[in-house]
Amino acid sequence: MLTALLVMTAVALVLGALLGYASLKFKVEGDPLVEKIDAILPQTQCGQCGFPGCRPYATAIASGEADINQCPPGGEEGIRKLADLLGREFKSLSEEHGVEKPKSVAVIDENTCIGCTLCIQACPVDAIVGAAKQLHTVVAGECTGCELCVAPCPVDCIAMEPITETVDTWKWRYPVIQIKQAA
Amino acid sequence: MSSYLFVILGAVLVNNVVLVRILGLCPFMGVSKKLDAAMGMGAATTFVLTLGCGTSYLIDHYVLIPAGVEYLRTLAFIVIIAAIVQVTELVIQKTSPVMYQVLGIYLPLITTNCAVLGVPLLNVSLRHDLVESLLFGFGSSVGFSLALVLFAGIRERLDGADVPAPFKGTAIAMITGGLMSLAFMGFAGLDKYR
Amino acid sequence: MLRKLFKFHGGVKPQTHKAESTTQPIARVPLPERLVIPLHQAVGGHPRPLVAPGDKVFKGQRIGGADGSLSSAVHASTSGIVRDVAPALMPHTSGLTTLSVIIEPDGEDRWGELDKVNYRTTPPDELRDFLRDAGVVGLGGAVFPSYAKLKPGKEGRLKTLVINGAECEPFITCDDLLMRERADDMLKGIVAMRHMLQAEEVLIGIEDNKPEAVAAVQAAIAASGQSGIQAVAIPTRYPAGGAKQLIRVLTGIEVPHGRRSTDFGVQCFNVGTAYSIYEALEFGRPLISRVVTVAGNVDQPRNYEVLIGTPMDHVVRLSGARPDTDRYIMGGPMMGVRLPAFDVPVVKATNCILVGSPALFPPPPPEMPCIRCGECAKACPADLAPFEMYWFSRSKNFGKAQEYHLFDCIECGCCSFVCPSHIPLVDYFRFSKSEIWARERDKSSSDAARDRFEFKNFRQEREKQEKAEKLAAKAAATREKVAADNQAGTASPAAEAPDTAKPAAPSAEDTKRALIAAAMEKARQQKAQVAPKNTEQLSAETQADIDAIEARRAASAATPPTPDA
Repeated sequence: MLTALLVMTAVALVLGALLGYASLKFKVEGDPLVEKIDAILPQTQCGQCGFPGCRPYATAIASGEADINQCPPGGEEGIRKLADLLGREFKSLSEEHGVEKPKSVAVIDENTCIGCTLCIQACPVDAIVGAAKQLHTVVAGECTGCELCVAPCPVDCIAMEPITETVDTWKWRYPVIQIKQAA
Repeated sequence: MSSYLFVILGAVLVNNVVLVRILGLCPFMGVSKKLDAAMGMGAATTFVLTLGCGTSYLIDHYVLIPAGVEYLRTLAFIVIIAAIVQVTELVIQKTSPVMYQVLGIYLPLITTNCAVLGVPLLNVSLRHDLVESLLFGFGSSVGFSLALVLFAGIRERLDGADVPAPFKGTAIAMITGGLMSLAFMGFAGLDKYR
Repeated sequence: MLRKLFKFHGGVKPQTHKAESTTQPIARVPLPERLVIPLHQAVGGHPRPLVAPGDKVFKGQRIGGADGSLSSAVHASTSGIVRDVAPALMPHTSGLTTLSVIIEPDGEDRWGELDKVNYRTTPPDELRDFLRDAGVVGLGGAVFPSYAKLKPGKEGRLKTLVINGAECEPFITCDDLLMRERADDMLKGIVAMRHMLQAEEVLIGIEDNKPEAVAAVQAAIAASGQSGIQAVAIPTRYPAGGAKQLIRVLTGIEVPHGRRSTDFGVQCFNVGTAYSIYEALEFGRPLISRVVTVAGNVDQPRNYEVLIGTPMDHVVRLSGARPDTDRYIMGGPMMGVRLPAFDVPVVKATNCILVGSPALFPPPPPEMPCIRCGECAKACPADLAPFEMYWFSRSKNFGKAQEYHLFDCIECGCCSFVCPSHIPLVDYFRFSKSEIWARERDKSSSDAARDRFEFKNFRQEREKQEKAEKLAAKAAATREKVAADNQAGTASPAAEAPDTAKPAAPSAEDTKRALIAAAMEKARQQKAQVAPKNTEQLSAETQADIDAIEARRAASAATPPTPDA
């Protein structure tokens, strides 16, 4: 009995020492997982997940502080990809963080805009151009549709307009599979 | 020399660790959805299993048997394998981050792979010497990788197949695995030409 | 003179149905009531409109300017009045609209003033710009802006210029008729292209089911006396008219994956493009019309010279569409696309309006499972494995489909044609391709958003830091100044104020007080500056005016308004 205990303790000590040495010797800085999660997130930087941007959310997922279903712009597909990457179960979008909407861009009503620059400061991707007391406008190509500029506007002149399909973005549909007719 | 060849061939084909001995089914079902992942898993398992067989033989022969505590084999082997997996993970992460990315979560999963424990124990019961143990470990893991890659290839194609609804997903994968197992039974015939 | 020809892999031999529409010459189409000219007609950017509703336009006037580095201009096809510049249905399967110029013809068909060049003396760079503004694009169906292709490769010269008159698709005969009737003019266009590309030799490939066209082109070559130009009859096999396939047949060069034909000193143009280049360079006429075949379910299949923007049903009426017509297809039966309506306009890409009916093109039989017979791989002219690409497209495993070189597929339809299980393979490939493109677009836009977000954060940090530094520097400067003042001030009055214990090193409180005093002084000065300055140095008249106003004000204050007034 004593021999058994001694042997096991010795083996455990040797292996533990080996592991400890290895973990010091082969220490790696940074977390490659964060990069991978960040690549899946839609980069709207909207903050609906409760974190100030996509990267902080990715860090939070990697460290286990946040769940994978807090990103409404990423939608079901995004959650599915995250679940695949992290080997977790798929779960539907958490309602407290918002609902999945069609992709939109912000549009400023040029008749109402007073040039207060509040939306410019709110925009996370610098997609609004303008200056104090000058008309502002949204660069549609850079807008991520995060809606962060809507709330600060004192005259409610920003509206979200869904992106319509154009010839350049039109997609061929999946061919309908015809079921073989009986008889 | 030819006996070593038989050890390897026997481990790869005739007594395939997954399809004939039915060991290590969890990664076989879990990591066979994508071909790349299956290959990564196969490579990692090959490394760990070969190393594990050698180390466990040494521990068995020079520590457990002299001390008369052979009954601690299972426990000792598990500890050894877990440690090897952890060290492997750390080394790969440091030396080859690309490889680490490819293997991802499959590396730590090897610890819980029953094939990795089963093969060293089989080594003991088959009374293999050190070289035979190493070859048997290597052969078994090659057999494991072979089965895994074949199965992943089939499963990638199954994605597009018109599978009846009740059989979709894991059910058809189980059936496929069973058919592969039957097919590998055919290798038992190699025995005749020994 | 016999030339060694080569073979391309695969291909099929469908019924050609070409004889019906070649019995009569190319006919002109009367002016329609209105023309709808889409601004986006070619590969590349969306040209911006240059006209507004109500404008009067002449025939050949530019109405859409080239936009971006790869784009081509659009012109009015006849003279008339612009009724609207608005989105209109385009000839595309999607049934989407695109910004179009709607012109009501005035019936005069009057040319505007046309730019002209002498292509023999003008440098190639200017010629390219001229052709871009003349709206010349590839008329074989891909509508790639021609000027972008008219650049010789790295060596500055081209070995072989291939002219594509193969016209392999069933029903279509527009290039055939063009070669029969206008071979001389087409040849002049080819000579101009050869000059621009510095090509050693020119090969005109024509399928051998068009002997009249071959004879006409050969006669034109002989008449022109040009050397190094040859019209070659090639075996009839679909898709011999694919650029890579034709290059293979004529020169034996197989353009590998990811390379261009110019890397091998070969460039390929359609015969219709050559003709429109001739029109542009010789007369300065932009591309405003093209030859269009009307075939299929009509009484008299025929070729027409159609103005761009003419509604298709206006053209088809001349051939007499039969009553059971249920669809128009733009292009041929192999690669053509079904159109969403009958009145969509003819565009630069319209080589054929194929009139369809349920009897002529019955609905495809039900799709059966793939049995991996390999017929599609045998037929594939691009040497692909369509059954593999089909399998992965079907299971939406796009990465794998791309590994099988999905993007080398030319969508010729040979695989669908030969499939014994009637699988619409090309539809699956088109679906996969557009899904992959959509994903790439999403990815690049999210990458751009990430970069912009990170830059914004970096900029805000930097601004904050700069501001802090500036403040610190300013505070330090003021402190120094105050300290210096104190020193200067305390040097003489030290005797009067002996209670100032440490004149050289004033306490922190003193410094602060001095700072406040300095700030207040500055504010006072600023206020003084802002104070009105125009009250001084008034002229005598203004002063008199002011005095009068003041006097009136005082008088009105003195006499209160009468209560009952």
